[in-house]
Amino acid sequence: MSNDSLDPRVNRLKLGEAGEVVKVEEGENWNIYEVFHQEKRGAHHEHVGCVHAPDPQLALVFAKEQFARRKKCVNLWVVKSADILAFDVEDEDMFANNLEKTYRDASGFKVMEKINKFKQSK
Amino acid sequence: MINQAAIKDLIIKMADDELIQGHRNSEWTGLGPVMEEDIAFSSMAQDKIGHAWALYRILHEDLGGEDPDRFAFLRPEKEYRSAHLVEMPNGTYDFSLMRHFLFDQAETIRYESMQESSFESLRLLSKKVKGELKYHTLHANAWVMQLSKAGEESYGRMQQALNDTIALAAGLFEASPEHEAALIEDKVYPGEAELYRRWLDRIYPVLVKASLNLPAITAIKPVYGGRQGIHTIHLQPLLKEMSEVFNLDAEAGW
Repeated sequence: MSNDSLDPRVNRLKLGEAGEVVKVEEGENWNIYEVFHQEKRGAHHEHVGCVHAPDPQLALVFAKEQFARRKKCVNLWVVKSADILAFDVEDEDMFANNLEKTYRDASGFKVMEKINKFKQSK
Repeated sequence: MINQAAIKDLIIKMADDELIQGHRNSEWTGLGPVMEEDIAFSSMAQDKIGHAWALYRILHEDLGGEDPDRFAFLRPEKEYRSAHLVEMPNGTYDFSLMRHFLFDQAETIRYESMQESSFESLRLLSKKVKGELKYHTLHANAWVMQLSKAGEESYGRMQQALNDTIALAAGLFEASPEHEAALIEDKVYPGEAELYRRWLDRIYPVLVKASLNLPAITAIKPVYGGRQGIHTIHLQPLLKEMSEVFNLDAEAGW
């Protein structure tokens, strides 16, 4: 049974023949690339979305028109989504107890009083 | 004093190429192979029409020409000076992409040469469009490379597209028998023969990288005629569709 998808990229994979190994040739299937946008020189690149592309070069070409067509932009990064390493959702508990460790916050240091006093003395 | 008739002739053919190519490319809007490409190609089509508008404005403001909209939409077919390359129907995407590659490289060479033009308006415009054209050629080069390396069928289609478009594209460099010498002498631009040579030098390395075969230069018989108002059967229907809304009420304000 063939997979009648509306997406030609899916059809090209010829899925559906049970037991057969599906071999994807380099460049045959498109990847998702995350796009990072830089508004001015020296500023941080900020994540703005993603594009489908067969290679990094075209990802950059696409990203330029998708994400830098209207708003100010001086540069873009693209990164293959699969190359991003992330924690699993169930590992969220690792971050859970941070809220109880307020003694680690810089806010624990009471310096504003001294700063204000210094400013007034000027 | 630069020869005004010669300048007009040059700008009209540049503008008409941009307008017709822009319109053709815009016919892909909503039909592009993937969404990202659809948006990029449509956006570049708009850029082309923007270039046409800028050139029609130079005609209007510096050279006593007609209102840009009226000039763009109300002329009879034989007064258009676009090359045959840009009139051709879109066909399949390989054809459109190869035309986009050849046309945009030619356009880039032309504007680059005008950064030194003795005609100030062209000099300023050529600096203004530089960044846009850099993107257009980057896009075109990336696709030519990608599709030429995407298997036998894809490679074959790109080679066929090149074979089908190269003589038409060479026709972009049709010189005016009447005005060419004056334009070169007045240093408006270096002339069509020189641009043709620079263009071949520019496209050749990309085609080599893509393993595509450029036919022998001597075998390329440029398709001329457009610059004299002789067009293919494809231009008239395009003009009719393009100016349909404008013709509903040519005096309307927008």
